[in-house]
Amino acid sequence: MENNGEKIEIKVCMGPVGITSGGQDVLDAFGDELKRNGISAELGKNCTRHKVGCKGFCSRDVLVDVIIDGSRTTYQYVKPDMVARIVEEHIVGGVPVAGWEVKEDYRAFHDRQLKVVLSDCGEIDPEDIDAYIEAGGYGAAKKALAGMAAEEVIEAMKKSGLRGRGGAGFPTGVKWETARKQPPGLKYVICNADEGDPGAFMDRAVLEGNPHAVLEGMIVAAYAVGAEEGYVYIRAEYPLAVERLKIAIAQARNRNLLGKNILGTGLNFDIKVKLGAGAFVCGEETALIASIEGQRGMPRAKPPFPVVSGLWGKPTVINNVETLANIPYIIRRGADWFSSLGTEKSKGTKIFALTGKVRNTGLIEVPMGMSMRDIIFSIGGGIEGGKKFKAVQMGGPSGGCIPEHLLDVKVDYENLMKLGAIVGSGGMIVLDEDDCMVNVAKYFLNFTQTESCGKCVPCRIGTKRLYEILDRITKGEGKESDLALLEKLSKDVRQASLCGLGQTAPNPVLSTLQYFRHEYEAHIFEKKCPAKACKALITFRIRKEVCKGCGACVRVCPAAAISGREKAPHTINPSACIKCGSCYDVCRFTAVRKIKIRSKK
Amino acid sequence: MQKACKHLKDADLEKLEAICVRHRKGKGAVIPILQEIQDIFGYIPEDCVNFVADRLEIARSHFYGVATFYSQFHFTPRGKNIVTACSGTACHVKGSEKLISILGRELGIPEGQDTSPDLNFTLEKVNCVGACSIAPVIIINNVVHGKMNGNKVAKEVIKLKGAGSDDGK
Repeated sequence: MENNGEKIEIKVCMGPVGITSGGQDVLDAFGDELKRNGISAELGKNCTRHKVGCKGFCSRDVLVDVIIDGSRTTYQYVKPDMVARIVEEHIVGGVPVAGWEVKEDYRAFHDRQLKVVLSDCGEIDPEDIDAYIEAGGYGAAKKALAGMAAEEVIEAMKKSGLRGRGGAGFPTGVKWETARKQPPGLKYVICNADEGDPGAFMDRAVLEGNPHAVLEGMIVAAYAVGAEEGYVYIRAEYPLAVERLKIAIAQARNRNLLGKNILGTGLNFDIKVKLGAGAFVCGEETALIASIEGQRGMPRAKPPFPVVSGLWGKPTVINNVETLANIPYIIRRGADWFSSLGTEKSKGTKIFALTGKVRNTGLIEVPMGMSMRDIIFSIGGGIEGGKKFKAVQMGGPSGGCIPEHLLDVKVDYENLMKLGAIVGSGGMIVLDEDDCMVNVAKYFLNFTQTESCGKCVPCRIGTKRLYEILDRITKGEGKESDLALLEKLSKDVRQASLCGLGQTAPNPVLSTLQYFRHEYEAHIFEKKCPAKACKALITFRIRKEVCKGCGACVRVCPAAAISGREKAPHTINPSACIKCGSCYDVCRFTAVRKIKIRSKK
Repeated sequence: MQKACKHLKDADLEKLEAICVRHRKGKGAVIPILQEIQDIFGYIPEDCVNFVADRLEIARSHFYGVATFYSQFHFTPRGKNIVTACSGTACHVKGSEKLISILGRELGIPEGQDTSPDLNFTLEKVNCVGACSIAPVIIINNVVHGKMNGNKVAKEVIKLKGAGSDDGK
């Protein structure tokens, strides 16, 4: 190997999904095979093998890049037993293994993306600070701390047009400026990594794939506002992110990028990690502060805003993970470059977690202003299983749905707001014809009423009543007056709630009422669920003429409701059936049918 | 204080004492203390809270107020095997509810509870584990299983029960 001087790099995806799919075993297998082929002597010289964070196209994991002298081949669905052949034929033999590489759809998935925050994620080893530095990392911290006045840094942030990626979209530079203008003294910078929106995993992927970028963003923020202490408030449900973050902090301390007199510039700044304890509301900044202080995580009225009076009453800047991870790239490449990306009011790129009923699920980063249709159909590859697109849910429990006829909307803060959805933290859940929109609204209201902290009445009781009305409708017990009541109550909860959780909790109801009112009406007036999703309004039957009597449904039925002799048509006992749909999913002959029934009530 | 710790063994008291020493000076230590107690005991025994609260001269009620607020803290013993079903949005639209009902029945979890009477299994729901692209997701004793369905869940339960009867784990 050394003789012909080839440089070989092997990158194994060990993001959340990469690990689940066996990334560690694949990485180990490469180690074993390289050793067996006598290449391991060269490890560290011309051949490197390391893990990388999320590569984005999670549905193809484990993804492995083999790069020989800059020529990259990406393999998909790699299992440990495939590694020997890749090493022998490709790394030793020089010919990529035909048929195992990613296909056309992988290119389509990536070609339309623009990776800024994720540019190093999926390329570098997240547990190796040198890999980040080699890619230009901590260059922004050096540039800002040594060569820019704090005011210049703030000016650059304002000029870049960067807005908070946690959902609200507040201009980051303005936030920093306000904090800087507070009287000198102890100030804090907090990274909000309490990514609680169900269906969102952008922050997790960034923290696991490139934690140093977040730390670097915090260092620049601390310099700009004059803070000496920092916290990362992170969900305990993300153990790997916590681990990699702690490793990164220790490495940064070793290199004097954190601690006293950072890089000899006189800046003192260190970061502590605080684990969340499972409360969605703690993503709200005043609740997050209460939680760090060791209190119940309940929000308080604003003003004063945290930039004026935050943690322990001191000025506190709270930025989201993705916001912070943008900062090194903005400082390095300049505000003008950043503001050239995106739309007039929404600059830069946004990471989305594209999930649900879409063919290519994964993590994507696109410039602001790309059309929703492009995202779902070009990058996402359309709907899986040949089903029909119904809606895309954006922004989780605070967001709304966008129906088919509005799919050409250019995705940015203002446009989505106009449609009753939000960019939010970036969860994008695609729904198809099998999803009932009343049920989707009910799902989110169940979530918010459970997660409401209980401090203010409109949220505590309002979300519960909204949930109860929706629950009634999905059971076929809705009343004609329910629609007006839902609208009225939604507006009241929105106006009167204390914090963002309550103020946005009615959005899923209002948005589905706006675009899918006919589904509500079908439930209420016809007592039918058009999508055949609401249990009370459907039943399952086995078509005798199609059933082969294979018994697959009997084995999965958790209620023992299916009977029949082998190789003879089976039947479902309706009184025992819990309508879970397991038989429907498992039947290979489509003998099980879902049938709409009218509720008896 | 004597009364508070009458059920605690000496070894446990030592661990609690260590927690107290570690957090004596820290501001806002209540949540990390509760997390450490739960790491040791698997749940939050009343005696432990009382001991630590008295030792650090923080009101017991403050500990209980905080502990009951956060869903991560448990006040009853948990099963030897923890099965976590993700019920985030992506998992929800891909059928997590069905999987949860199958798991509940197969693991013998009584209606309205989360732990089987023999303390072998705890079934819990979590809002989102951030592995949405392989929804629906089930976590069995910290191992993530993606793209689950009724069949796969049933198989995992059989494995789990088999392992349980072999070595009592």
